[in-house]
Amino acid sequence: MKPIEINHIQGLLDQFVNKDIYIHLETTNGAYASHFDDKAYNVGAYIRNANVIYEQAKIVGDGKSYRVGLKTGLGWIYAEGLSDWTMHEEQLLLAGHDREGRLMVALEISEKPFHN
Amino acid sequence: MEKHVVVIYPHPDDESFGAAGSMAKFRSEGIPVTYLCGTLGQMGRNMGNPTFANRETLPEIRKSELIKACDALDVDLQMLGYRDKTIEFENRTEIAERLKGILEEIGPTLVITHYPDYAVHPDHNALGAAAIEAVRLMEPSERPTVWAQAISNDYELELGSPDIITDVNEFFGKKLEAILSHDSQVAGMFGKFKMLDELDEEERREIVANFGKERFYIWQFDK
Repeated sequence: MKPIEINHIQGLLDQFVNKDIYIHLETTNGAYASHFDDKAYNVGAYIRNANVIYEQAKIVGDGKSYRVGLKTGLGWIYAEGLSDWTMHEEQLLLAGHDREGRLMVALEISEKPFHN
Repeated sequence: MEKHVVVIYPHPDDESFGAAGSMAKFRSEGIPVTYLCGTLGQMGRNMGNPTFANRETLPEIRKSELIKACDALDVDLQMLGYRDKTIEFENRTEIAERLKGILEEIGPTLVITHYPDYAVHPDHNALGAAAIEAVRLMEPSERPTVWAQAISNDYELELGSPDIITDVNEFFGKKLEAILSHDSQVAGMFGKFKMLDELDEEERREIVANFGKERFYIWQFDK
């Protein structure tokens, strides 16, 4: 994956506006968080192949880390901490990693369902 | 002497970190070993360091790493096709019945799996429980022995000393080769395996002490 370039990603997000799309959204600190640090809590959430249409998309950030918000007919989809991107088989993959290269957050958009 | 050993863990790399030394030891004695791997680790967080995988390419990468590790250990591999982080939400009885069918086909004398509730990761606990249930469903006279591996911080306090403590130092090279096959996962704390030769003596000794012994409890079915 490559570091996010904000104008480029805004253009890619706009290409999916008002299309029938599939979303993969996840965030996690890993199943071992409280195993390695008993003061930590394991947290995570993940949704794969949520089928939605968004009418507006915006990427905001400070040059290192970015937030993406997608406005749907009845609500919102949002991810924070995104830093890297790639296109994979016409799917837009956005992700944020920690120093060790571990994934912390991912937001992915595709016109076809993601492989299960 | 065992006739056939089946290892049942959910993730590509569980076998290498958890039981590779024992697997290599069994193979050195000419005993067939089969690894039933539950998932492809699709939801793993490690993406290599520096990152070379992404969420969508990770399953294929981990699949080829798994095959490489099993080749290094010279064990048969069967992939069960579940999805990472979802095993605890599947129907446990269905998984147990399926595992029972596979075990009856292979006819092992020993099954190695995770100790339910003491194996930290929800997939470990769930697949371990299903594996033990599979063996429980077998005729008592047909049941293989089950070695359950606990890894939680408190397991020795709660379960007492493990029944089986295998010194696998003789096979540490094989174990290391298997671990390093899982290149996308060997980052963070496990990155140390990549530079074992460069570590200072104390750190090296600690790793070898932690991974040079493999500990298991013999599951008591009549408890």
